[in-house]
Amino acid sequence: MELVAFYFFAGLAIVSALFILFTRNLMYAAFGLFLTFLSVAALYVFAMADFLAVSQIMIYVGGVLILLVFGIMLTHQHKTDQSSQANYVKVVNGGMPFRIAVAVVFFLLLIKVINDADFQLDGGYIEQKSTLHQLGIHLMTSHLLPFEIIAILLLAVLLGAGYMAFNRIKNPGS
Amino acid sequence: MIPVSHFLIVAAALFCIGLAVALTKKNAIGVLLGLELMLNAVNINLVAFSRHDPELIRGQLFALFVLVVAVCEIAIALAVILRVFDHYKTIDPDRIDSLRG
Repeated sequence: MELVAFYFFAGLAIVSALFILFTRNLMYAAFGLFLTFLSVAALYVFAMADFLAVSQIMIYVGGVLILLVFGIMLTHQHKTDQSSQANYVKVVNGGMPFRIAVAVVFFLLLIKVINDADFQLDGGYIEQKSTLHQLGIHLMTSHLLPFEIIAILLLAVLLGAGYMAFNRIKNPGS
Repeated sequence: MIPVSHFLIVAAALFCIGLAVALTKKNAIGVLLGLELMLNAVNINLVAFSRHDPELIRGQLFALFVLVVAVCEIAIALAVILRVFDHYKTIDPDRIDSLRG
């Protein structure tokens, strides 16, 4: 039963990721990414990472995806003033099969590595229901320095992204 | 209990689809979507191995930091893309080929 549910969510993640790859409309791609993020959160639950699953849903679905949809809408192009642009030789889908082939070859390589690897995992298996308690303790004791550094990084990103995106209306198309 | 190799194969598939998306999209935001897929696939690997590390759940802690850095990357990248769009009137990575502008 657990395995069936795992395969369902894994299949959903891969199918919606393939939908992102093959769709032409960027907005549909964002919705495909929404399904993929939700399925990945479900996979986290199967790997006993409940806190990460919840933060995945809150951060990615609630934050990143909204940001991406805003970016898609703000950079939407109207195909009207084509005549004002310079002419250039257009190669339709130039190198597209080669790029797909790179990804497929890399996938086959990874599958071969996974099949050849013989993992001897000697640790125990997570038995408790929630890892939230341990995560909090480790963040405040052994991982305190990375925690503080990530806080400074977030502050810098807040200032930097705000500064870069702030006065873009003032001089449109400089 | 689901074997680790199942998680690894799903993560490998997601990573390679993300790689293909990042390589083939003709839009900088499409490339960002591919990057997000790849980061998620890596996180699945970390969390899957962290299942066998019950005391110090190092994989989950690392995945948490990866999550935060991915969010920072998206925020900065979108701000840069908006400025590039103002300047070049396009966000096709193949056509942004002049440093001076």
